[in-house]
Amino acid sequence: MIRIEPRQSSSALMTYGIPVLSAIISLLLASIPLTFSGAPIGASYFEMFKGVFGSKFAFSEMLTRATPLIFTGLAVALAFRARLWNIGAEGQLYLGAMAAVAVGTGVFDVPGVILIPMIMVMGCVAGATGMAVPTLLKTKFGADEVVTTLLLNFIILIFLQYMLEGPFKDPMGLGWPQSSPILDQGMLPPLMDRMRIHSGLIIALICAITAQFMLARSVWGLKLRAIGENPSAARHAGIRVNRTLMSAAIISGALAGMAGVSEVAGLKGYLTSDLSPGFGYTGIVVAMLAGLSPLGVVAAAIFIASVFVGADSMSRAMGVSSYLADLVVSTSLLCVLVGGFVARFKFVRLIQKKEVTQ
Amino acid sequence: MDILQILLSESFWAASLRIATPLIFGVLGALICEKSGVLNLGIEGIFVAGAMTGWLAVWLGAGLWGGVLVAALAGGFFGLIHAVLTVPLGLSQHVSGLGVTLFATSVSYFSYRTALPTVTSPPRIEPFRPLDMPFLSDLPFFGPVLFQQTALTWLALFMVGLVWYVLNRTALGIAIKAVGDNPNSIDAQGLSVYALRTGAVVAGSALMALGGAFLTMSAFDAFFFGMVNGRGWVCIALVIFASWRPGKALLGALLFGAFDALQVRLQTEVGALVPSQVFLAAPYVLSIFALVIAARSADYPRALLTPWFKGQR
Repeated sequence: MIRIEPRQSSSALMTYGIPVLSAIISLLLASIPLTFSGAPIGASYFEMFKGVFGSKFAFSEMLTRATPLIFTGLAVALAFRARLWNIGAEGQLYLGAMAAVAVGTGVFDVPGVILIPMIMVMGCVAGATGMAVPTLLKTKFGADEVVTTLLLNFIILIFLQYMLEGPFKDPMGLGWPQSSPILDQGMLPPLMDRMRIHSGLIIALICAITAQFMLARSVWGLKLRAIGENPSAARHAGIRVNRTLMSAAIISGALAGMAGVSEVAGLKGYLTSDLSPGFGYTGIVVAMLAGLSPLGVVAAAIFIASVFVGADSMSRAMGVSSYLADLVVSTSLLCVLVGGFVARFKFVRLIQKKEVTQ
Repeated sequence: MDILQILLSESFWAASLRIATPLIFGVLGALICEKSGVLNLGIEGIFVAGAMTGWLAVWLGAGLWGGVLVAALAGGFFGLIHAVLTVPLGLSQHVSGLGVTLFATSVSYFSYRTALPTVTSPPRIEPFRPLDMPFLSDLPFFGPVLFQQTALTWLALFMVGLVWYVLNRTALGIAIKAVGDNPNSIDAQGLSVYALRTGAVVAGSALMALGGAFLTMSAFDAFFFGMVNGRGWVCIALVIFASWRPGKALLGALLFGAFDALQVRLQTEVGALVPSQVFLAAPYVLSIFALVIAARSADYPRALLTPWFKGQR
């Protein structure tokens, strides 16, 4: 007979080991679909590895891919810490991107030192609004934020299509639904010559460090964690729950908005309706792999970005569907969930003693 | 005047019921899961899996009802993953459900691409045909609206009655509702909380998958990427709107279907005045409104989202 008992505290080995182990297991499990598609397994893994670490360019591409994932991962991690289920990072990302386009494509032809902060602030405000509304619906009407943020993703994407066909449409775009380009001085400076990696990564890292500090050391972080662990106890302790939830929502939405800003004003230069291949949803996986820790988000984003970039180049070389990457990413989420269970509980073998009657 | 004409037309009501069909399956499935105390956000991915596997089975020659069976089994399989993670392991139902959605979607997309690596246009199957019933199909108005639907729509309507009957008139249904309200009472009776919840989630997920199967085997005749397009999430909103009652779930799905059918027709009427995106977004906006209106008075299963462990009170 095996009984399951909660652990009093989880060891550091568990905290760091489980996500790493989950990542490795999900990569190993990818050999099953690889077998089905008839690709040689060893060579496929080698191609995947080469696609990330094979050259300076490949590595910089991976970091470019990790940048939006750090933002969305942070957005999800902070919200989830307060048990605010923000599944709308995808929509908030697009709101941020739209705001960047609204101010950055020529309405304000000002020097970069003014324009770049303006784009970033507007992107954050737009993203924050995108999370503040469902949070308000939750605190005022009790409408479940999971459903409202999910549905808002679709509404925002439809709104984006309208904007790209109408107000944002590039007159030089040859009829494609894409926005006018961001002014040159509004673009985030690139980090390396002839590479796509841009200073959005630096901003993302600063955000991660700040978030880590805020969560661990500030009063706000303490309140947030208290609400996440026990909302009614937090209320009795005098924490204004709704107000703290709203502040978490605003910061979470702003971070997701920054993901959109960084993709538009750092990487693409213009906005299309396929700017994000699901960065918002992948942010959930990143946050969970990170154990909802902001610094962990950076590591998890690098892992997920490596999977995507590596699988992309592997699929080109071996003719395997690039949906393999999504498969690995979703498997890693399921693995880390199970791992979380193993970390929280210990398995105790019960030895049944025979009772001796006297 | 124009709206009145639309509302009186047979084709409008026939379309409403057709659009409502996948939602009826989805809402019923989600309802069963939640009645037992488990929120199943895997629904969106299970729709995709049902749509893909059902279609693929038919395309490989399994026959239409064979495809329906395969879809239900696929749904049950992904439901089982969610059930194992959330019932005995008691993990976060939100995160596990989203994980199942991501997993089911990527498995479906990957399998589709692997089975059909080099197709430019999606291959088509011969889908379910509208049933032709002697006499009934020729009735004025009711003939076209009710009696010229496909067998899957009839199955959906039958399921509403069946789910209502099982939940309200059988010992099993009463146990499912009890395990979602107060699992300790079930444990005290010597019944297994784990078995009841797992069973409910698997059965509910199989029903959800039929909603997906309807898309590829009745509404359309091929599988497209992104074809589910949030229908699963809409179902989650409709369950709350329906306050976890099968009858109200049918009503909610029909209202939604009617609204969707209406917007398509209005679009052709006033398309020049209003951007088409307003109509496209309307169903999602409507779902949020329904949620906001219904949320406060909703009769949540009391143990929804709460894991239960044996021997721990």
